Amino acid sequence: MGHIESLPSSATRKPDDAALVAALRNVLPHAAVLTETEARRPYESDGLSAYRQQPQVVVLPANEAEVQAVLQVCHRLGVAVVARGHGTGLSGGAMPNERGVLMSLARLNRILEIDAHARTARVQPGVRNLAISEAVAPQGLYYAPDPSSQIACSIGGNVAENSGGVHCLKYGLTVHNLVKVRALLIDGTVIEVGADAPDAAGFDLLALLTGSEGLLAVVTEVTVRLLPRPRTVQALLASFDDVERAGQAVANIIAAGIIPAGLEMMDGPATRAAEAFVHANYPVDAEALLICESDGTAEEVADETARMRAVLEAAGATEVRFSRDEAERLKFWAGRKAAFPAVGRLAPDYYCIDGTIPRRTLGSVLNWMYARAEALGVQVVNVFHAGDGNLHPLLLFDAAKAGDFARTEVLANEILAKCVEVGGTITGEHGVGVEKIDAMCVQFNAAELGIFLGVKAAFDPDGLMNPGKAVPVLHRCAELGRMHVHHGALPHPDLPRF
Amino acid sequence: MPIPLPNPLAEAREALQQRVLRAVADRSPLRLVGGGTQAGLVRASAGEPLALSVLNGLIAYEPSELVITAGAGTPLSVLSATLADQGQMLPFEPALAGGQATLGGAVAAQRGGPRRWLAGSVRDFLLGVRLIDGLGQEVGFGGQVIKNVAGFDITRLQAGAWGSLGLITEVSVKVLPRPQAECTLQFAMAQAEALQQVNAWAGQPLPLSAVSWDQGILRLRLSGVPAALASACATLGGQALENDAAEAHWTSLRERTHPFFEQGGTLWRLAVKPTSPVLDLPGAVLWEWGGGQRWLRTEAPAELVRRSAERAGGHAMLWRGGESGVPVFHPPAAALAALQRRIKHALDPHGIFNPGTPDFL
Ligand SMILES: Cc1cc2nc3c(=O)[nH]c(=O)nc-3n(C[C@H](O)[C@H](O)[C@H](O)COP(=O)(O)OP(=O)(O)OC[C@H]3O[C@@H](n4cnc5c(N)ncnc54)[C@H](O)[C@@H]3O)c2cc1C
Repeated sequence: MGHIESLPSSATRKPDDAALVAALRNVLPHAAVLTETEARRPYESDGLSAYRQQPQVVVLPANEAEVQAVLQVCHRLGVAVVARGHGTGLSGGAMPNERGVLMSLARLNRILEIDAHARTARVQPGVRNLAISEAVAPQGLYYAPDPSSQIACSIGGNVAENSGGVHCLKYGLTVHNLVKVRALLIDGTVIEVGADAPDAAGFDLLALLTGSEGLLAVVTEVTVRLLPRPRTVQALLASFDDVERAGQAVANIIAAGIIPAGLEMMDGPATRAAEAFVHANYPVDAEALLICESDGTAEEVADETARMRAVLEAAGATEVRFSRDEAERLKFWAGRKAAFPAVGRLAPDYYCIDGTIPRRTLGSVLNWMYARAEALGVQVVNVFHAGDGNLHPLLLFDAAKAGDFARTEVLANEILAKCVEVGGTITGEHGVGVEKIDAMCVQFNAAELGIFLGVKAAFDPDGLMNPGKAVPVLHRCAELGRMHVHHGALPHPDLPRF
Repeated sequence: MPIPLPNPLAEAREALQQRVLRAVADRSPLRLVGGGTQAGLVRASAGEPLALSVLNGLIAYEPSELVITAGAGTPLSVLSATLADQGQMLPFEPALAGGQATLGGAVAAQRGGPRRWLAGSVRDFLLGVRLIDGLGQEVGFGGQVIKNVAGFDITRLQAGAWGSLGLITEVSVKVLPRPQAECTLQFAMAQAEALQQVNAWAGQPLPLSAVSWDQGILRLRLSGVPAALASACATLGGQALENDAAEAHWTSLRERTHPFFEQGGTLWRLAVKPTSPVLDLPGAVLWEWGGGQRWLRTEAPAELVRRSAERAGGHAMLWRGGESGVPVFHPPAAALAALQRRIKHALDPHGIFNPGTPDFL
């Protein structure tokens, strides 16, 4: 694994452990400051466990006042602070800083208010995504964004990553389902962005904070928008003997004016792995499987599923199955939901890539990927959000075998570059974190990165919040030889470089 | 494949960039002018006017991608017609202002019409922008794909920034299929009851797409497949409006040509928590978006209007008239105002774009 460079050492210094711990113990209960190596170990990495780092100290604040006090200590001592939700991130966003504090928001886990009439819920950041939908189910409501990790991930982490889910084609990402957010700046200043009203006065800071990966502020309260639960839901399972045709079917569904509630794709290897794992009764000879979901009133669902079937058949589906009841619908999904662990049984390790491409390029990019994987001797399995063009290739490897991961990384970087080349992006929903910090130099030029750094400085002038993540410092890109200098001039000459 | 169009704007963009670079060198501000339909709200802007109508043209449109990319100076009427040919639409239903309103203007002023209620605002559909920043650099953020979390969301930050954070040259927005059918119901209902009823309906899985209340009449638009509309109308009751009358009503709200807006006097736009009870303010009210957007014609003091909006979880913009010296934009809380000034500084350090707009900067 590559060495992870953080912001220049001038930005963060390492006061001796004793001084830092004493300052934190001054503002937190004794048990909320973890210093023992064993106690800190669970916080070494997020879901991308290849990147690990022991933090100097772990703190577990239990309320906003304690979060504020921790930030003020870090600000005063010039110490880096990394916020952490439930550590399911897949880009190393919550990986600790060796010279800093790792702050877990897990104890801020209360649902503060449910306003069924206004269809909103106000919750603390450590509340799990699924817990919100469970809490409002009696009122016939739910929170739409549903990352596959929803039983475990926190709403604060969702805000920080702008997470998506299988239903975001129709219902949007996290950013589309937030009403307002309360957050603290590094000096402890409380801000409220967004509003209970349809818009807020001033700039759209709610959009800016969403997806900012813990670099701008620490989220302490989130008000989410809730939707009425649809009366009817039905799923279709369509098999194809060729990924290109399945990719075309995805584009054709959208072109026909249909926005399905979900539109997921699994390729042959993923289908077979899932089938072996959960016995969902998938057609194991298919080279691609589409799961299409329709929701709404009974009339809407009847109309939409009939139109989807027509498009799927015209696109060359070898079989289209309708879920006949809720049990069968859940069975269609069971394989998709278990696809990651199922693939996990095929090899000791896998690397999950996240990138987005225009839908029309799905078939050609997948075929390109199979060819490259074969040439490099890497096994690749695809299970992803086809409706959004959001790819999640899983590259199989064995960390114990020399050279195996290196080959995987080569393919991973080629795939990301391909996403950018066909008009897409290096991350659709998992974020940049530490993992894709170099790929940012491919997607953005120096002027654009300079603007990101300027915005960062507007919130956190000393660069103490989650340093080394999400936005590369310019000299890092320059050293990689990937900096696009525009008009021969570097922007923001005041920022650190070279 | 996408319809391959040569970028018709390259030359115009280049010329604008040169103009901005000159302004940066001279430290002389510019006032960005789209279709000029919001001129009343940017009255405080100083600077030499710079017309963006040259940024007019379609750049890419592929219906199966649900994305259209066009120059910021492209009239919304042209875009809407292009989309309608493919059975699609701009989901936020912006005012077309007789062909004058532009795409860039709709983004900068965060404009949305009746469908904005449940479908979402301009920012919700914004996928990418190209800008000339306050140093005269050409930069791009976001793109043409729906999911994209690389870097801070500078794209959506432009929505509602009134051109103060950069000169927008190109915009990519997500579009949606047009509904197969629409129908409008009307109900005689007092304001308090209407606010209660509409939010109760919005909590049920009904194909609602717009609502308005004024002078004791609640109007509700439904959009979707005909069979679903028929069954929803049967549940909701009320009186069905003739298609032409319905169309005329929603158009008059979208374009703000409804008689409510034609009457003189001071006009405020209040954005409040939709379920807020009837506001205790004198004057005439028309509301949309489930009660979230409330138009108020009143001569009540500005302070009273603003405090009332704040208590209802929102803010108030002085749309028209008012005493001199009253700010158009609702002043944000002190910490937020300071933060926004620093963000402005990051994108436009020399204050080239639209100085004085928004007026709290
Ligand atoms: C099996 C699996 C499936 C997944 N499926 C999806 C999916 O379908 N869609 C998807 O989008 N993602 C998915 N993810 C990724 C991950 O679950 C999401 O990114 C999630 O939002 C992370 O939440 P978390 O609480 O675990 O955050 P963490 O991993 O703890 O942190 C993530 C980032 O958020 C920051 N952060 C956390 N809390 C706060 C806070 N309160 N204030 C400020 N910053 C904060 C951290 O600093 C870090 O940068 C999946 C992950 C796994 C392991």
